[in-house]
Amino acid sequence: MATKTYGGVAVEVDDEGFLKKAAEWTPEVAKAIAAEVGIPTLTDKHWKVLEFARTDTASQGQSPGPRRIVASAGVSMKELYELFPKGPGKLVARVAGVPKPKACL
Amino acid sequence: MENATRKIAIICSKGSLDMAYPGLILANAARMAGHDAMLFFTFWGLDIVNDKKVDHLHMSPLGNPSMPIPAMIAGLPGMEALATKMMVADMDKLQIPHVREMIENLADAGAELYACQLAMDMFKLEKKDLVPQVKDVISAMDFIDKSEGAQVIFV
Repeated sequence: MATKTYGGVAVEVDDEGFLKKAAEWTPEVAKAIAAEVGIPTLTDKHWKVLEFARTDTASQGQSPGPRRIVASAGVSMKELYELFPKGPGKLVARVAGVPKPKACL
Repeated sequence: MENATRKIAIICSKGSLDMAYPGLILANAARMAGHDAMLFFTFWGLDIVNDKKVDHLHMSPLGNPSMPIPAMIAGLPGMEALATKMMVADMDKLQIPHVREMIENLADAGAELYACQLAMDMFKLEKKDLVPQVKDVISAMDFIDKSEGAQVIFV
């Protein structure tokens, strides 16, 4: 099982880089993963999306896709793609420390 | 892991409701995963981006061996409307957006939408007849040029 160190914290990740245990996530881990995927600074809007992804995953049992994020996190589809330009479908979940979404939308 | 150069080009050649979604969903999935996506609407596929038709796409139960009804009955008047209504209801239940919203989402997500010039001429359409998300009307050769290096999917 792969272990990576993000922001000084050793976390377990799967083959695609998603955290295996959401509980190992910290804001510092998020910042380090974000930097790795080309987001140098996490803005308030990023945090709003990440917090939604974490609470939604905890309550729904699966991580949200872009459609669900846009419906509830207070950002537009366009903004979401500006915040996570290399693909919000995967990257929101990766930075938020939740599993890869199964949603197709 | 981050394969930034991957590019998907999807040709949408059919205008029925059940043939509209696969291309739109795949293009959207490509953008979700961070890949470039372009769509080329040609022939009946133009209906998907025709402003007057996009909200009224139908699915036909005829000639579809997957439909659980005999062809004789599938051909009766009203069956197409019924099949369409049932499909839309099922998709609404799953909160799948309608085609117009899918197209808006795709444009917001940075996918590029193009219409086929030859098909436009055949159906006597102009750019103003299309939804505003269509970036340009291009020739088949333009599509080949623009999709250089892309993985092409024909629907």
